[in-house]
Amino acid sequence: MSSSLPLLSLIVFVPWVGALVLLFAPKLGAWSVRVLALAFSLSTLALAGIALCRFDPSAAGYQFAEGHDWITSLNVHFRLGLDGLSLVLLLLTGILGPLSMLASWRQENNPRLLNLLFLLLQGAALGVFLALDFVPWFLFWELSLVPAYFLIRLWGGPGATRAAYQFVIYTIGGSAFMLLGFAALFLATGTLDFTVLSGLASSGALATKLAALGGIWPNAVFFGILLGLAVKVPLFPFHTWLPSAYAEAPTGASMFLTGVMSKMGVYGFLRILWPLFPAALHRFAPGLLWLAVGGVVFGAFAAMKQTDLKRMVAYSSVNHVSYCLLGLFAVCSLSRPSPDAATAALTGTILQMFNHGISAGALFFCVGVLEARAGGRRGIGDFGGVRTWAPLFAGLCGISMFSSIGLPGLNGFVGEFLIFRGVWGLVPWAAAVSCLGLFATAYFLLTFWQRVFHGPKAGASESRFADLTGIETATLAPLVGLMFVFGILPQLLTVLINPLVTSWVAHLALP
Amino acid sequence: MNALPCTIYISFTGALLSLAVGRRSPGLARAVALASALTAWGIALFAAFKFVPDAAGPVSLVDYPWIPQMGIRYHLAADGISLTLVVLTGLAATAGVLFSWNVEQRTGEFFAFFLALIGGVYGVFLSADAFLFFVFYEIAIVPKYFLIAIWGSTNREYGAMKLVLYSFAGSALVLAGILWAYAAGGAHSFAVADMAQAAVGFSHGQQVWMFALVFLGFAVLAGMFPFHTWAPTGHVAAPTAASMLLAGVVMKLGAYGCLRVAMPLFPVGFLFWQPMIFWLAVIGIIYAGLIALVQEDFKFVIGYSSVSHMGFVLLGLAAANVRAVSGAVLQMFSHGVIAGLLFAVVGRMVYDRTHTRKLADLRAMSLYKRLPFAATVFVLAGLASMGMPGFSGFPAELTILIGTWQTAPWAAVLAAVGVLVAAAFTLRVIQVSFFGHADTAKAAVDVAPLPPITLAEKCGALLLLGATILIGLKPDLLLELIRPALQTPYFQAVLKGGAL
Repeated sequence: MSSSLPLLSLIVFVPWVGALVLLFAPKLGAWSVRVLALAFSLSTLALAGIALCRFDPSAAGYQFAEGHDWITSLNVHFRLGLDGLSLVLLLLTGILGPLSMLASWRQENNPRLLNLLFLLLQGAALGVFLALDFVPWFLFWELSLVPAYFLIRLWGGPGATRAAYQFVIYTIGGSAFMLLGFAALFLATGTLDFTVLSGLASSGALATKLAALGGIWPNAVFFGILLGLAVKVPLFPFHTWLPSAYAEAPTGASMFLTGVMSKMGVYGFLRILWPLFPAALHRFAPGLLWLAVGGVVFGAFAAMKQTDLKRMVAYSSVNHVSYCLLGLFAVCSLSRPSPDAATAALTGTILQMFNHGISAGALFFCVGVLEARAGGRRGIGDFGGVRTWAPLFAGLCGISMFSSIGLPGLNGFVGEFLIFRGVWGLVPWAAAVSCLGLFATAYFLLTFWQRVFHGPKAGASESRFADLTGIETATLAPLVGLMFVFGILPQLLTVLINPLVTSWVAHLALP
Repeated sequence: MNALPCTIYISFTGALLSLAVGRRSPGLARAVALASALTAWGIALFAAFKFVPDAAGPVSLVDYPWIPQMGIRYHLAADGISLTLVVLTGLAATAGVLFSWNVEQRTGEFFAFFLALIGGVYGVFLSADAFLFFVFYEIAIVPKYFLIAIWGSTNREYGAMKLVLYSFAGSALVLAGILWAYAAGGAHSFAVADMAQAAVGFSHGQQVWMFALVFLGFAVLAGMFPFHTWAPTGHVAAPTAASMLLAGVVMKLGAYGCLRVAMPLFPVGFLFWQPMIFWLAVIGIIYAGLIALVQEDFKFVIGYSSVSHMGFVLLGLAAANVRAVSGAVLQMFSHGVIAGLLFAVVGRMVYDRTHTRKLADLRAMSLYKRLPFAATVFVLAGLASMGMPGFSGFPAELTILIGTWQTAPWAAVLAAVGVLVAAAFTLRVIQVSFFGHADTAKAAVDVAPLPPITLAEKCGALLLLGATILIGLKPDLLLELIRPALQTPYFQAVLKGGAL
């Protein structure tokens, strides 16, 4: 499937070219900046469309692979490749990137820098989903923090300084130990290529080579890499940076952070930690499973306790992303998982990554709409009876909530259902406890719905509340549309990942 | 290649010329300084491009007897390590001249001292004779004092005195160690290769104490904990170009001395002290980083960050395998560029305009709106300093980490903590210095418009930024120079693990 066009490099670098164009065009007016940035951002979706057309859905391996020598002294190659998992996330990024820009359309404070940062962030996220060698992967992984930091810091709420600082320091803290882990892997194997390393791991050679470090060090390597990924997802209890970062970020950035950046962590689990350390992950999965269940339950109950709507949605993200890890850890915790259940859980995990991106992005946008109309207030008690003022907004927001709750027919249902279906067959207690999270999610989202959209008109929506503007509708409606599309036709996505999941399940048995 | 010694002569000639023309026309003195710095840098770059590594050791450039009675020769030689540092010196010198374009007070003398310092530094990096090495080393100390004491700022007399006393104390230790080795060896030669040969016959005790003297003497200049306190004080007191050069290049003299003289001469002594050096290196990384985290003076943050980054160099040296040491040399280059950039932003772009370095005052100014260029440069330099991939600090730290795993995994873990601390203090200072909220803090300073960033400043900043990004993306350019030099017989006794 080699093609003369370096499609993947284009996907990654076109947004960065766009950022450069904005950098060197200081005289552009606000509208031209926005349109130009949006065009560059949409390139991802267009190019992902090309990739989708040429993608061979029956193959499990990497397609459109590209490789260039980069740093010979460290045996580093600039390698990109695309499989079903990357493609799904590519589409997610292609959808959420432009929409987060649209969500910030009305931002009058330095729109050039704002859009430039969005483009940088989008390019970095795409690089993470496509890189096949640690050094380029880590480059994109770390560089994504920079635009995210400035988006939160410069356009965020009153607590943004502290939130942005905490966000970056937590993530870099994790990354430092991940870097350390990869330094040890390089020492043991002389390569940092994910495909080579996972080949070594599946034959058991990697574990043998690492064991040469002696003592506690092989496990330290595993936990170093685990920590870097766990902070990013975040896995309970490394989530403490998340609520303030998401809540203080401007709406568009919150959408991208929760929709795409949290997936970078889950992606790392699937692409790096699991293939490289199947035995270690198996050994520690029972403990990690507790943490994932903790995230599901605690995230939902913490959301229930919030009065700030944005923090509520932020905590609900902790809950939703934990489902992904729940699925993965349940599969890893057994030495001979049933193939059916494992397939369901892993398919569910990937679908949940996509679907949570859509629903959480929409919910953050809805909270952003409320906040914009109420002059920055977003307490649950600051609103009431919004539905009568703004029926369109109420309708779209309601659908997003039900998608998040997991109503059948909407996209959120599919992933969660498959994860529960799989986990029931693998580790029943974990599924049972996690149900608490489902109930709590339904409770707090319905409370949100009732208090804000129904009831007597109150607070910021007492005298008037404008319905969605054209731009706002253009932001929210596509997301809601996708909720229906992927709720009714989940096979549109599963067809892309089926061969991949099948090959994962076929190689589940440990060496 | 054969023109390399000219870097020394050009710098000293430039110093004399700029002194001569300075009284009549400061502009001419600037031009002379820029021309000599650029020429020397050009020669260094050309030599680095044309360089063919020699498996036997450094390529000899000039070799004349100087004081034959004592076996002292005027012997200059270069290998990949010295070339890397010579290129760094040329870069830092050029950028330093650009960032001192606004020096109006005794311009000619300023550039004369500046170029003399550069000449001494070139001499150190090219010397193959221990005595000659020492002479150039001492030559470099004197101009430092005058640069700080005459053109410095806060507490300059104290800073200059402290810095010079530490330097002299360090060099006294070095001299004592070298003379002892010379006397005990009886080889009647100061050539480092001969001295290393002679040192093989020393007793364990002799090796241990000779190494201690020489290494400690050099490590003081490299800012090793707990002998680092002169560095922040001195660098803060110095004028911008001198801070850039002192932190960027002169600290490397110490590390270079450790690598070129102390370690290969006394491998047995090194082994004895290795655990100690590991500890001091990681303590230095973390401790200096924590101190930087709580500084209230913008320039002190940068001063302490230099100590923390030099800890990585020492860590790489302590690990004593080819990979770690090549990382350490790369880190010397990288830190030279980044420290130069950071000091340039703090000292020239910010302090010369706002006349304050207190973070509390800067916080109230929202400088990113008023000096967007400086803010961008500082953010990029800060990212480089944090070890972000894409900048030169990353390949250096990664190489050091890999090499350290090989020798001492626990030290690698502590170094990773150091990376985190570096991120914390860098991000804090970025946040407070440039991105403070004008409304939240007390408006201590009036909001008169600040003078715009000059062309010279832009050129200097782009030069240094370009270097850190180029090496960040293509570290092979330097690693392939450095690595063969470490695989020569000269380093074999002390460095383990020659292969990948």
